[in-house]
Amino acid sequence: MSNTTLTALFTLGRKEVVRILRIWSQTILPPAITMTLYFVIFGNLIGKRIGQMGGFDYMAFIVPGLVMMSVITNSYGNIVSSFFGAKFSKHIEEMLVSPMPNWVILFGHILGALSRGLIVGSIVTVISLFFTEIHIHNMWIVISTVVLTSVVFALGGFINACYATKFDDIAIIPAFILTPLTYLGGVFYSISLLPEFWQTVSKFNPVLYMVNAFRYGFLGVSDVSIYTAYVVILTFVVVLTIICLTMLHKGVGLRS
Amino acid sequence: MTIALKVSKLKKTYKNGTIALKGLDLEVKAGEIFALLGPNGAGKSTLIGIISSLVNMTSGDVEVFGDSLTRQRNKVKSHIGLVPQEFNFNMFEKPMDILVNQAGYYGVPRKIALERAEKYLKQLQLWDKKDSMSRMLSGGMKRRLMIARAMMNEPKLLILDEPTAGVDIEIRRSMWEFVEEIANAGTTIILTTHYLEEAEQLCKNIAIINHGEIIQNTTIKQLLTTLDIETFIFDLDKQPSKELLELLDAEITEDNSIQLDVHKTKALNDVFKHVDKLNYKVLSMRNKVNRLEELFYKMTHKEDQEMEKQS
Ligand SMILES: Nc1ncnc2c1ncn2[C@@H]1O[C@H](COP(=O)(O)OP(=O)(O)OP(=O)(O)O)[C@@H](O)[C@H]1O
Ligand SMILES: [Mg+2]
Repeated sequence: MSNTTLTALFTLGRKEVVRILRIWSQTILPPAITMTLYFVIFGNLIGKRIGQMGGFDYMAFIVPGLVMMSVITNSYGNIVSSFFGAKFSKHIEEMLVSPMPNWVILFGHILGALSRGLIVGSIVTVISLFFTEIHIHNMWIVISTVVLTSVVFALGGFINACYATKFDDIAIIPAFILTPLTYLGGVFYSISLLPEFWQTVSKFNPVLYMVNAFRYGFLGVSDVSIYTAYVVILTFVVVLTIICLTMLHKGVGLRS
Repeated sequence: MTIALKVSKLKKTYKNGTIALKGLDLEVKAGEIFALLGPNGAGKSTLIGIISSLVNMTSGDVEVFGDSLTRQRNKVKSHIGLVPQEFNFNMFEKPMDILVNQAGYYGVPRKIALERAEKYLKQLQLWDKKDSMSRMLSGGMKRRLMIARAMMNEPKLLILDEPTAGVDIEIRRSMWEFVEEIANAGTTIILTTHYLEEAEQLCKNIAIINHGEIIQNTTIKQLLTTLDIETFIFDLDKQPSKELLELLDAEITEDNSIQLDVHKTKALNDVFKHVDKLNYKVLSMRNKVNRLEELFYKMTHKEDQEMEKQS
């Protein structure tokens, strides 16, 4: 990698992080509040009646799920609003006229999404400490799954932002696809509670693998094989990256 | 002589079917200030968009300092600085950040970027605004900010799409000075404008685009001689009589004002003689329209008529 490419990547990454911190009341505070409410309501109030799930207190069970959920929505939300915002107000052209390679444009935005995902994820984790203890079964699995999942949803958000032509377009996918997939992705329950048919259906939901692999990193339990989970996640990373780079190359939604 | 820009058989058809460029050819020599003229919708911004990689071409090629856009896009990009027609920066960022980030995208290290940003913000009289929110800048300041931004990679070719639109006369002059200074330092400049005075002031060579084709590629001097008729408005001290109007072949525009066409080769003395003889006083006199608009009108009219003849 040449020095100029590194400078470009560093510039974009830095800009994205500055943006997140500058508008922290939109980027960091709301998810922290929402997740605290989840902890209070599901974990504390309702959770006490639920008893055990997957061999653990309900609260301990849903903490990894909720952390992952906040990582997913915030990674996606960050890249979509930053990149679509840049398109909408045209300052994306600052990047398009410059010789920075397409992969730098993509990777720089992913760095932003990853930063927001990890910042929010860490805050949610810290908040959860007020409600439960956290075990860590395998640190490396925790870190790798959270990073890879954040990247998957950053890539998805990037594609969404490329195709979007109006603000509605960046609200539709999160509302109709992302939220259902996350809620049905084993954040709140173990799929072993479901009838067999719905268990099979759930296995077509990629979020299930991410949440379970992440939970495995903490608790050492998972509804799915941890290897399968990595294969699924990595496949998504590779395929979505190829799609993003192809779109950038063709200028889909960026160049008329 | 080095060629800064060579456009060959460039075609552009937008997705909605609009044909914006119909096989355009153009050459601009290094070191000059070149004006691209043409009426609204002629294809100027489309051409500039393609050169600066913001618009995909349909076919043809563009070479900038010998590097081909289709084969060495990134090299071409690094030669160019662009000031687009419409504002395209983040209104919620500060001028300083906008400039330093733009330099960073070009790979300019941060330390140098900061120095350059200071230099150009000062040159364009924006230094005291460096930390204001960009959306707070006035229209003219925003335009100058885009000029400063385009200089951050110290381009060999600076392209300005209507840089002085909506800019007051004083700032316009200082922008002309800035452009001339940069040109003197060796940067090639291509600009579009709707003001003939601007082209006259800055450029030696010009091209006129209409309907996606170059219809004139000549020197500004040559162009001005084709403007053979001038329209004048005279404000008189009293209501003009029929006799005067007939003598001058003029028409009334307002109460005491008349309008007449005068051929460039004819002296105005005759006109004044008639006015004098009939005992009128000329209180003031002025050219009627934007000469460039008139020129476009004539040229494009001629073209349209020829097209009609052919069909
Ligand atoms: N994104 C686009 N999609 C479809 N048509 C477009 C697009 N941009 C420009 N056009 C059309 O292409 C033609 C050329 O437009 P262009 O903006 O290049 O003209 P221009 O010479 O810059 O005009 P102006 O002096 O008004 O800036 C026009 O007919 C315009 O409507
Ligand atoms: Mg234009």
